[in-house]
Formats: sequence, structure tokens, C-alpha cells
Amino acid sequence: MSDPFLSVSDLRVQFPTEDGVVSAVDGVDFAVEKNKTLAIVGESGSGKSVTSQAIMGLLNRKTAKVTGEVRLDGEELLTARPEQVRSLRGKRMSMIFQDPLSSLHPFYSIGKQLVEAIDVHQNVSSSAAMTQARDMLDRVGIPNPERRLKDYPHNLSGGMRQRVMIAMALLNSPELLIADEPTTALDVTVQAQIIELLRDLQKEFNTAIILITHDLGVVADMADDVVVMYGGRVVEKGGIDDIYYRPEMPYTWGLLGSVPRMDAGHSTRLEPIPGQPPSLIRLPKGCVFRPRCAYHELVPGDRCDVERPDLLPVSPEHAVRCHLEPAQRQEIANERFGLTSVDTGVTERREDA
Amino acid sequence: MTAVDESNAGIVAGRSDALLRVENVQKYFPINGGGLLKRKVGDVKAVESISFDIIPGETLGVVGESGCGKSTAGRTVMKLLDPTGGKIEFEGRDITNLTRKEMVPLRREMQMIFQDPYSSLNPRHTVGAIISAPFKVQGVKPARGVQAEVQDLMARVGLNPEHFNRYPNEFSGGQRQRIGIARAIALRPKLIVCDEPVSALDVSIQAQVVNLLEDLQDEFRLAYIFIAHDLSVVRHISDRIAVMYLGRIMELADSERIYKAPLHPYTHALTSAVPLPDPRAERKRERILLHGDLPSPINPPSGCVFRTRCPKAQDLCAQEIPVLRELAPGHFGACHFPEERHLI
Repeated sequence: MSDPFLSVSDLRVQFPTEDGVVSAVDGVDFAVEKNKTLAIVGESGSGKSVTSQAIMGLLNRKTAKVTGEVRLDGEELLTARPEQVRSLRGKRMSMIFQDPLSSLHPFYSIGKQLVEAIDVHQNVSSSAAMTQARDMLDRVGIPNPERRLKDYPHNLSGGMRQRVMIAMALLNSPELLIADEPTTALDVTVQAQIIELLRDLQKEFNTAIILITHDLGVVADMADDVVVMYGGRVVEKGGIDDIYYRPEMPYTWGLLGSVPRMDAGHSTRLEPIPGQPPSLIRLPKGCVFRPRCAYHELVPGDRCDVERPDLLPVSPEHAVRCHLEPAQRQEIANERFGLTSVDTGVTERREDA
Repeated sequence: MTAVDESNAGIVAGRSDALLRVENVQKYFPINGGGLLKRKVGDVKAVESISFDIIPGETLGVVGESGCGKSTAGRTVMKLLDPTGGKIEFEGRDITNLTRKEMVPLRREMQMIFQDPYSSLNPRHTVGAIISAPFKVQGVKPARGVQAEVQDLMARVGLNPEHFNRYPNEFSGGQRQRIGIARAIALRPKLIVCDEPVSALDVSIQAQVVNLLEDLQDEFRLAYIFIAHDLSVVRHISDRIAVMYLGRIMELADSERIYKAPLHPYTHALTSAVPLPDPRAERKRERILLHGDLPSPINPPSGCVFRTRCPKAQDLCAQEIPVLRELAPGHFGACHFPEERHLI
């Protein structure tokens, strides 16, 4: 295992508001290696997007209190000067946003916007920059790139715009790419094209990708590792198979039980999580998931109510934040999902590799 | 309308107990040119020709990508939009040319649930007022009074009946969708058109709403037309699924067959593009990647509208519009070269 390219430790983001302090991110740790994809999964308000904005240095430090440590290839970003972060952003790390229409400037042509991204970081002539831009549009599968350079964002379809965003993010061959819901606004057939494209580009450029999404299908398709967030905390993290076949946190169970599967029979019933996500101003004192957890009664006393569980490892790569005993969790997981044993998982993984 | 579409009638001939029967329904939106006269210069052919029927207690899923006309189709069969062609029958009665006023009594029987729980509820009305609106409009006076009835409805959809006097902004997205559902079922309709009812919700909340819709269907024997772009949700909730592309139904069959034995290349590509929440299955899966974008509905391709992106397209596909016909029992497809191994 190589050193992680990006490591995030004890990241906290707080927004002071009139109603109280919003703890959007509350002690998040994870790491991503080159050529790997880490998925951050969670619902609205789980803190997944704020985490990525904190990494990219996109939060306004006047309104957001950011603490902890974010290291990109060893370099600490949170305490770095803004100019320093700016020189990395768009070059060594870049980001794709969910909504390409609102992230592209409507008044400037595609070509102008791409060339600007090159000019900021490279010292090349404008014609060389234009050639680079055209080649990148071609690379992301845009037909007639020459003509498209003169087009404006409104001339393009949603899938094409997302390709332009990806092209822009990749212009300076970043080593870290953060994709925040990159396919949520797209149709499935276009989503499949974009996923394929990201996968190819990762292979070519050896990029570390952080994929932020709520879509467990896309995660299964793309990710190597998964971080599950809830109420601003990491509640479970592990390899892709750990999360899908040996999940140990009741919230992860709830998520997996909530997703309808196209390959499942019509008669199966979804098992939703009751209740609503917590308010980030008044987070529960103990476990954040306690108010919606169906299993808290199995934990003796009121530990779930008063004691915040730690993120504890169950295997070298798999960690869970829950007060249930490991044996209890494994039993419930087996029962609810009819999972195969750990052994078969390992052999199958070897076959796949 | 072309004559080719006439044999579409075969698709709806079979079921005599149909609640709603739709035959070759068409909806064009005129495009007017600039200048003083605003002459008509063309049409957006949002719905070219759709035919289906639905029986009581059944769920018909309608899937397709954005721009395929599924929402327009839903609104047109509800008569929220006036069709430019075709025929709509509700319980055997031709409602195609009914006026807005004539439709009012029928609104008791057919209702709609919208995608956006934020813009489909009036922010200045209390929840009580929103859910009791159908009673007022229809002049229905429940024996126990409107308020008691509305509070029952609120309890039924999982809202706290004491929140009767609150405003929509005090509720979360999932709860607002429940308010919309309570309003839709208030007068015990027979048919509800659900237009992307869960797409704006988080997964855990989405599952709550899907289960609620299923429970209400069992309880009141509701028929749903469930319009959505998320194939997994549609497959989960639907008995039958219609796959739309550029204003036409490409395939219509049992939801099981749509997924396991698709006859149309578009359905095949669409289902193969949906990622499964199962990493091991994903590693083994093959995708059919479609290239290019949806053609313009102002000027659709000749012949089969899908041919420009179809991996199987041949000369015939550009010349002749494939008719939606029964290719296997209960399985309808509009393709000149349907998947042969599934033709049983």
C-alpha cells in the first residue's frame, strides 16, 4: 500500500448562525490513494459536500470555522496561505460540480472558459492553450470539438455540459479529482457514459477520485472504498465489499434496505429508515443516529443516548461507529441481508482482481 | 397523424375492464415565429402517439429519459393539457374533448401527485386548508365534518394530525410529499398519476413514500400511472412498464419482462445503464453504451425515432415507422428487429 495522496484527519466545519452553531462536519477522517476512488455516501445534510469544499479551500473562512488537517501529498492545506491553495486548485486538485449549467459562465464561450483554466496555471501561448482545450474536449468525447469551442453553455445538452466540466477539471492533469454528485442531474444512459469516461481518465492519469453521491448504484459501480456519513460524522468506512456485504452500522443497513433494486422481484418490500435526519444545530448528545435506530435497545443502559461512540476498527480497513457488540452486529447483518461469510468474500475478490 | 399508428389499437383491445384507455394520444406544442403575426412555424412533438390502458389496482410505470414526453403524456391523459389527437376513455366514457368545466366532476376519480413538494403546495395555506381543498372544490361534505376527515387523512399518510394548522414551510420534503398524497387521496380517487413523486427525496425518505404509496394502493385499490426516470424505483413499484422515447412508446410489458427479456434495443440499453447497488454484480455486468444525444422533438428522425442511436439500425428503420405491436403474449414493442431470443 502506498502513502495516501490525500489524507483528512479530524476535519471539523462549523457555521455560526443566529439560531446556534451548525456543526456541518464533526471530526471526519479518511485517506485516498492515487488511482483509487473513494466514495463519500450520505443523504442531504450529512456533511459530504461541505467536506469536499473544505478540502478544496472553497469555504469562506469568515463564515465557516474549519479545523483539523488536510494533507495533499504531504502538504497541509488548511493552514496554508490562500494564494498557495489557489495555485493547487485547478492544477493538482480539481472539482466537478453537480449542476454544470450553474457552474459554467453563461456569457463566455466554452473555449474561453477552458483557455482561462489553462492560463491560470500554465505559461503557454493562447493558440497552444486553444489546441489543448480542443484536444481535451475531444478526449472527453465531445463531437466536433473545434466547433464546440465557440459554443456557449446554453448550446449544449446536460451530458455535454458535464463533459465540458470534466474537461475543464482535467486540463491541468490534476492528481486529485473531487466529483460532487457528477451524474445526479443526468439521465441513466448519459450517466453510464460519464462513469465510463471517469474510469478511463483515472486509468490514464492515475488520478485519485473522491466521489460524493447518494446513489448506491453509482458507488457500487465506481468506488474502491466507501465512507458513510451521517449528521456530519463518519459512521462507517471500509472497502467496497465491506460496506455492501458486511455492513455493521445500523444506518448503513437502513440505506441499503431503502434502495430499490432493479434485479429484485416486484414483491420485495423496501425497509426504510423511520424518521428524519437530525438538525445539525441540535445534534443528539450520544450517537447521531440514535433517534432513528431500531437497534439501540440491544445496547444496555442509555449508552446510545449519552455516550458518543468512537469509530472503531473491525478489520484493518473497516471501521464502524456503533455501541452494539461486534458479534451482535454481524449476526443482525447476516440475518437482514443474508450475507455470505467473510471467507467467500475474500476468495471472490481475489478472482476479480 | 400517419395511418401507420392505427394498429396501435391492438394494444388496448384486450382488456374490457380498463379504467383508463388511451389510444394514439398526441400532444404537439406550437412554435410561433417572431414578428407581428406570430405565425406558427412548427411544432414541438412532445407526444407523438401513445396507447395504453390501465385496470383498477394496477400500477403502470412510465420511464424514459428527460425530453421523452413522459410528463406531457401524464398531464395529457389527465386532461390538464388538451390532446392534439387521439382518444382518452375513462371508465368507458370518451373524455377527449371534455371542457375544463365538464372535467370537474371527474377530478374526484383521477388525481395527480407532483414531483416538487416545494412548489406544488401553496405556502400561504395551512396544511388543513390544502388537504381540505378537494372537499371544497367538489362540494363534498363528510358526515363527521371536513376537519375530522382531513385529520384522519393526515394520520393515514403518516403526518401528525395536530399539525393541521401549520404551513408547508414547517415540513421537510418527505412530509410535504405526504401532504400532496393526502390531498390526492382525499376523495378516494380510482386513478392517481404520480409524476416523479420521489425523485426529490433522499433515499431513506424515498423508501418511506414508496411504501406508503403501495399501502394506499392495497387499501383503496388505486391505479397508479407512475412516471419516473429512475428505473429501479419504477421496476419496484410497477406491474407493467411503458418505455418512452421521443414521444412514443417503444416497449410495454410486465415489469419483470422489461428487465429480464427486453425486446427493444432502447429498453435493453436503458436497463443495462442502471447501476445495481451490488459491487460484485457490477464487476460482471456489460453495459450497452448509447452514443449521441436525444434528437430534437421539433424535427424527429424519419422512420424509427431511435434509429440514430440504435446499435441495430438498418435501412428499413429509416424508411418505416415501426408499429407498437404484440410481439410476445402481453409484450408490446415498436421495433423492426426485436431481440429474437426474448420473443417467447
